[in-house]
Amino acid sequence: MKSAVIVFPGSNCDRDAHDAIKRVTGQAPAMVWHQETALPEGTQFVMLPGGFSYGDYLRCGAMASHSAIMPAIIAHAATGAPILGVCNGFQVLTECGLLPGALMRNAQLKFICEDTAITVTNSNTRFTSRYAANAKLTIPIAHHDGNYFADTETLIRIENEGQVAFRYGANPNGSANDIAGLMNEQGNVLGMMPHPERAVDAKHGGTDGLALFESLLGSA
Amino acid sequence: MKAKIHVYLKPGVLDPQGAAVAGALHNMGYDEVSSVRQGKLIELDLNSDDIETARARVEEMCANLLSNPVIESYSIELE
Repeated sequence: MKSAVIVFPGSNCDRDAHDAIKRVTGQAPAMVWHQETALPEGTQFVMLPGGFSYGDYLRCGAMASHSAIMPAIIAHAATGAPILGVCNGFQVLTECGLLPGALMRNAQLKFICEDTAITVTNSNTRFTSRYAANAKLTIPIAHHDGNYFADTETLIRIENEGQVAFRYGANPNGSANDIAGLMNEQGNVLGMMPHPERAVDAKHGGTDGLALFESLLGSA
Repeated sequence: MKAKIHVYLKPGVLDPQGAAVAGALHNMGYDEVSSVRQGKLIELDLNSDDIETARARVEEMCANLLSNPVIESYSIELE
């Protein structure tokens, strides 16, 4: 599967994303600068990496969601192609409307950087099929604005549709319904605050993120 | 023309920063403060002559970038 990683000014997990994808597929993803207006020919999987695009000014992900590349990504999502946004990438996906809700300042107002326990809420998705149902994972988080918010009506809808892919064990940031990862209704766009690309090598301290990339991209 | 845009969190959206500021004010003895909501003030200098056109354009800017309708409301003052 041909992959692309989008690079915004201030992205800082783009190389981790590159390495995780290469490890699983054996094929390096294209690194696509945000000022491009089209994805490389034949791109299937698109990853929006973590970081601090535009310095997190105004709101996290707000300005990146209006980058030149975004119309191409929104059109790509509409074709049913898989799109993964991690951390700042998740914030961009909510800001551009591909995912419902918003990510607000952590309830404790602190930047949190630690390993966190999450549960696979829905293992029947293209992102999680290689995990056992209700598997408990340890994946690092590193964010200041990961407090997921949506109105009650939206929360009921996404819960009923099985769109919550991951939930926190001990909620670190105040997220509604302990939501750590969320898909769109069609199930081809996933946003998550934990960093699976930082848990794909024993030297990272764990490999619980590997199965996400394998679910999506197949084993190398 | 100048536009002043106040962006604030919608009622019902938790504002942990406002709550922290309220806590600090209470610690300083300002017990009359019952709650604090923290927002943003954005000022724009506009090259516009017509106030109605300017207002419509600024509305659009608020909806598309300057606020997030999921969590925020805004008000616009033109002068």
